[in-house]
Amino acid sequence: MIPELGHLALILALGLALIQATLPLLGTFNHSATWMALARPLAYGQFTLLTIAFACLTYAFLISDFSVAYVATNSNSLLPTLYKVSAVWGAHEGSLLLWVLMMAAWGAAVALFSRHLPQITLARVIAVQGMVAVGFLLFILFTSNPFERLFPIPPEGRDLNPLLQDFGLAIHPPMLYMGYVGFSIAFAFAIAALIGGQLDAAWARWSRPWTLIAWVFLTLGIALGSWWAYYELGWGGWWFWDPVENASLMPWLIGTALIHSFAVTEKRAAFKNWTVLLAISAFSLSLLGTFLVRSGVLTSIHAFATDPTRGAFILVFLAIVIGGSLTLYAWRAPSISSGGYFALLSRETSLLINNLMFAALTIIVLFGTLAPLIYDAFGWGKISVGFPWFNKMFTVLAPGLVIVMGISPFLRWKRDRFMRLIRHLWWLVAIVLAIKLLLISQVPIGVMIGMSLAVWLLITHGASVYERLQQRDRSQFTLKAAFIQDLRGSGRSFYGMIIAHVGMALFIIGVTIVSHFAIETDVRLSPGDSHVVAGYRFEFKGAVSSTGPNYHAERGHFIVTDDNGDHVADLFPEKRAYFGGGMPMTEAAIDPGLMRDVYVALGEPLGEGDWAVRLYYKPAVRFIWLGAIFMALGGLLAMADRRYRSTSPLAQITPTIAASGSIKP
Amino acid sequence: MIKHRLIRGGAVLIIIGFIHTAALGFTLEQFHFDSAQQETTFRELIGKLRCLVCQNESLAGSQAELAQDLRREVYEMLRAGKSEQEVISFLTTRYGDFILYDPPLKPSTYVLWFGPIILISIAAVFMLRLLLRGRSPLNRNDALDPQEQQRLNQLLAATIADPNNPTASSTIAEKSHP
Repeated sequence: MIPELGHLALILALGLALIQATLPLLGTFNHSATWMALARPLAYGQFTLLTIAFACLTYAFLISDFSVAYVATNSNSLLPTLYKVSAVWGAHEGSLLLWVLMMAAWGAAVALFSRHLPQITLARVIAVQGMVAVGFLLFILFTSNPFERLFPIPPEGRDLNPLLQDFGLAIHPPMLYMGYVGFSIAFAFAIAALIGGQLDAAWARWSRPWTLIAWVFLTLGIALGSWWAYYELGWGGWWFWDPVENASLMPWLIGTALIHSFAVTEKRAAFKNWTVLLAISAFSLSLLGTFLVRSGVLTSIHAFATDPTRGAFILVFLAIVIGGSLTLYAWRAPSISSGGYFALLSRETSLLINNLMFAALTIIVLFGTLAPLIYDAFGWGKISVGFPWFNKMFTVLAPGLVIVMGISPFLRWKRDRFMRLIRHLWWLVAIVLAIKLLLISQVPIGVMIGMSLAVWLLITHGASVYERLQQRDRSQFTLKAAFIQDLRGSGRSFYGMIIAHVGMALFIIGVTIVSHFAIETDVRLSPGDSHVVAGYRFEFKGAVSSTGPNYHAERGHFIVTDDNGDHVADLFPEKRAYFGGGMPMTEAAIDPGLMRDVYVALGEPLGEGDWAVRLYYKPAVRFIWLGAIFMALGGLLAMADRRYRSTSPLAQITPTIAASGSIKP
Repeated sequence: MIKHRLIRGGAVLIIIGFIHTAALGFTLEQFHFDSAQQETTFRELIGKLRCLVCQNESLAGSQAELAQDLRREVYEMLRAGKSEQEVISFLTTRYGDFILYDPPLKPSTYVLWFGPIILISIAAVFMLRLLLRGRSPLNRNDALDPQEQQRLNQLLAATIADPNNPTASSTIAEKSHP
């Protein structure tokens, strides 16, 4: 009964989405305030129905209702409750449901929080969201229904993929989806603006905080995935350039370009049509990523043919969304003026370089991911494109991007003088060059480059904060008071930028150090044996059998001591065999630290209590995720900038002013 | 070719590719090398070679039987004094370029190596044209028209009345900047 209720809610949601996609939009053309006013309640209704559907599916998981095929395939009565809940999005059907639920949540949030948004804009944004929801709901109902019943009812479920039975993975997909789906707001705003022909600073100001929050979620989602891969897969790496990772990286790269491009559009009313194009691309890449992964086409072109319904639907849907929005763009964009003039040396130019670089990185990832498919499709033979290729391509472009990142905060909008810039930057450049000279004979060249780029970012951003405060300081403020006042006022987006860029520096430090100084050893250890890695002594005390809620495990015990013989940690890596079957799983044991991780993974038992063991020393690996956390914090702070929430009448007038100059007759 | 499918049923977005890297079965501890240099070469090499039957895993990361055999084979070739290049050319003759995560530059991989450069150039030209269109000095007319000027005056008056609104005042300042 409950699953049918969920199914019904899904069908009703589709009906509502159809209304949502049409009536409010039509209302904006025939100036029917009533039709436009439907947008808000429709957004709330859509969210309510999908919440009901999602709750029904969750309920089916919680009571282990194996008459539902999706539950039977992805759950088991022994599964701990947390994983019964996360199993809801553990496979194709449920994750699509989570996707539409989140999209409805974003829509409801826009309806709720954008109180001072003009009715016409809100109606169009909600309508565009409705269109995307129609596509997804049709896809779910016709090809991937999670509520489908199974007969005869199996006595026991097949269990959730053991790899997903992990806390990191329980929250990774929702985070990632929040990011993907969040870009649908930027997309909806862009399409709404194209429909209305009104692309102005106000549009940028409305969409920017939504885009930022989506980007924050995506950043955290990707970081979680990377962290999970590091500790759960037992290989000690944090990024493999796997197609599924790339699928999430592409929207992130374009999204990063987008939030920078928005800055120009909002402040200078320039880059408008480019920003729209980026907003369309970010969401299109989110869709492409989801579907590329979901359709199985990445594994093999032939997998696409195994499920022709889903495959065909995906292709048609992508064609409509991407093709449709690009057509609209091509039709409307030429009428949009390109906006403010800027000189060759200006903040605009530096952000233009940023956008160019991020677009280039996205092209690299897209091309590298699809190249094996292209080769296969054209009969040019089978090739593999792996980390060496991606690393080479990225290391060619990324340093340039980072150098510009350091200069950009010093540049003035519109036009700047070269000599002024030199006056501000010469000593920072000198510091970095000095560090380079100091390091060049001491460390590998890669470390020298990576560390000097990180230092460059840190000192340029430190200096630009100081410079900003200095400017405010002149009259009555001390530096500290100026900082606090700045943070209360409209300075938050500036400090957000600084924190996010510092995050980039931390990330670079982590990547540089861990890729050059990590130590990995594989040894055979008998109980009582010990082995020394990077000054840490790992003493193996043997492995014992133990039983978890739904698995058997061999649990090893290692005592780690440092150079002086002081105790560092007791580590208990496991090798698990889940009752549901499948390959044995490795649970690595890690002693985490800011400066280093000590990492043990059990390999194979070799008889007589001996084990093949992997011992890792991973210096600064935490900086990688710490960097991502800083980036996310920066995004949040920027979003909290007062100008996005100010409701004073003045703040409402200003966008109109900015708008009045931007649309050419 | 056999598809070595460890786990079916699909997983969530980002994870699928990792699934096959999951279970560990490293038996690398059995290998003994003449020198530290040789061990480094071995480790780097098996990291750059693909396990042919896995979804996306290196020889270093996989525990599939074929990967174990190939690891042994690479090990023995290195011990027999073959160079890294000799090992690679032996493996590619037998298995094709598919085994290499780092495809060499040669006519058949020109598309792979130069494709992005060409695409990026096209995108850059397109983007620059889009952004710099109308950037000619003729469009440098930043002066406010009378209507805008009037609005500005209104707002400036309002700002003076409400000096605590830095948002509004900064926006106006930008716009009024000549």
